[in-house]
Amino acid sequence: MTLYAALGAVEQGLVYGIMVIGVYLTFRILDFPDLTVDGSLPLGAAISAVAITNGVNPYLSLVLALAGGVMAGMVTAVLNTKFRILHLLASILTMIALYSINIRIMSGPNVALLGVETVFDSVTGVGVPSQYAGILVFGGFALLVVGFIVWFLGTELGQAVLATGDNPKMITSLGVNTHTIIILGVGMSNGLVALSGALVAQNQGAADVGMGIGTIVAGLASVIIGETVFGDKTIARAFIAALLGSVLYRLAIALALGMEFGSFKFNPSDLNLITAVLVICALITPNIKKRLIKR
Amino acid sequence: MISLKNIKKYFHKGSVNEVFALNDINLEIGEGEFVTVIGSNGAGKSTLLNCIAGSFLPDSGSITINNCDVTAWPEYKRAKFISRVFQDPLLGTCPSATIQQNMALAIRRGMSRGLAPGVKTKDKPFFREQLKHLGLGLEDRVMDIVGLLSGGQRQALTMLMATMVRPEVLLLDEHIAALDPKTANQILSLTRDIVAEQNLTTLMITHNMKHAIAFGSRLIMLHQGRIILDVRGEEKMQLTVKDLLAQFYRSQGEELANDSLLLG
Ligand SMILES: Nc1ncnc2c1ncn2[C@@H]1O[C@H](COP(=O)(O)OP(=O)(O)O)[C@@H](O)[C@H]1O
Ligand SMILES: [Mg+2]
Repeated sequence: MTLYAALGAVEQGLVYGIMVIGVYLTFRILDFPDLTVDGSLPLGAAISAVAITNGVNPYLSLVLALAGGVMAGMVTAVLNTKFRILHLLASILTMIALYSINIRIMSGPNVALLGVETVFDSVTGVGVPSQYAGILVFGGFALLVVGFIVWFLGTELGQAVLATGDNPKMITSLGVNTHTIIILGVGMSNGLVALSGALVAQNQGAADVGMGIGTIVAGLASVIIGETVFGDKTIARAFIAALLGSVLYRLAIALALGMEFGSFKFNPSDLNLITAVLVICALITPNIKKRLIKR
Repeated sequence: MISLKNIKKYFHKGSVNEVFALNDINLEIGEGEFVTVIGSNGAGKSTLLNCIAGSFLPDSGSITINNCDVTAWPEYKRAKFISRVFQDPLLGTCPSATIQQNMALAIRRGMSRGLAPGVKTKDKPFFREQLKHLGLGLEDRVMDIVGLLSGGQRQALTMLMATMVRPEVLLLDEHIAALDPKTANQILSLTRDIVAEQNLTTLMITHNMKHAIAFGSRLIMLHQGRIILDVRGEEKMQLTVKDLLAQFYRSQGEELANDSLLLG
């Protein structure tokens, strides 16, 4: 792997790391498997791209993207809590609906961001070489997000979110409406995923309706890699592990794509297959271990 | 004070599995009364407590607590008045949170939760002091994850958490039934102390008739969703296990008689 490819992978790991933090929040903290993310990532990209091409400040466009993601997540959570639709199904419904909505937002399947100002211009503007601009911006945002989440989960409200995932019966008997907490948490998670999508779009110069495919699987793979390598003893550690897991995941993918076996080479389109196999292995290994020990 | 009027509760109403779990319950419990609740399996004891706590709404009837009509309130809203301890020691605490985080969750029972720190420095001495009362050495382990504690330790912590902020009503659903006899006795005397100290209005379900007689100021027996015995004061102090068994078999006998009537 060239240094150039490695830098690119780290950059991707950091920007998608923001999405992974969102996935960690739903999947691990709230125990709410949420497929909305496959739709809310391109939603963030679409909102940000359309806003920027209409002259909105690129930073403000991130706020709009975040707000859009929060609303998408809330729709899923309301379907689940108030209308008692199974969480997986509720999130698939929102995801499918978002496909149409994203095309409406962009008035087409994609929007190019050529020759417009993005958040990277404010970094290159002060003399940072452009190959490092991505790492700097993404790293900055990712750390900000981790810091925010860790702070939030330490507050009264954040502790109620943790308890809702851990023991809903107990926290209900202590006076917390778990529906409200789930709506808040899943909203927050998708806000982060949309923010991640918006930054990706600004970096690659386009938003595309198909860019969200496989987001949840990449997110889960990153979460699992992070937990396995860095552990999850404390909340802060768990979220930093999720972020670093995302970086490792992208490095592993870059490595795999660079490998050659005789005349065989992986295509970028093989990525989802590789990731799915990786996640399946990770999910069944503990079971295999348990079974071996039992016998 | 709690007042239940004409409470009826069905499960699976209208289907072949229909269960008439509470059959017109009327019950007034005064401030500071400690009521023990007995009855055979499936008599409706847990259903009665769940109705009071708001885990589900009754099909008819009304519930007031301190003259406040809470009949339509959801469970989380009733937490302002009610504390509960469940039979399963795992249900009362958050396993992945620390002892002090759990206590911090409990100290805000029924209050709003905002962006202030979850565990506040000013509360820590209070937590330690409360834990010291338990005599289990937990005051030196406030940063330990609750999942590491034994069932008995967790149930003791749950008792503490349920009463740290004085509840108007304390509901105990066989809260010592899952513990070994020694631990069960410890939790039981802890319960007696806390209830007496704070003069708590309490309902305690137990399947142990001796406990039901020895504890509390009033005893009720449930059978097929109805209150078939309600004794207090002097009368309760003179109650024996034999009396309770006699009452129990009398109700069973009636049931059998009714059945044979139907069959005959
Ligand atoms: N959630 C429920 N769904 C259906 N039936 C229930 C439910 N809870 C209790 N029941 C039924 O109601 C009756 C009373 O149960 P319960 O109150 O748990 O009895 P116990 O006195 O043993 O605590 C039983 O027949 C039980 O099967
Ligand atoms: Mg019961």
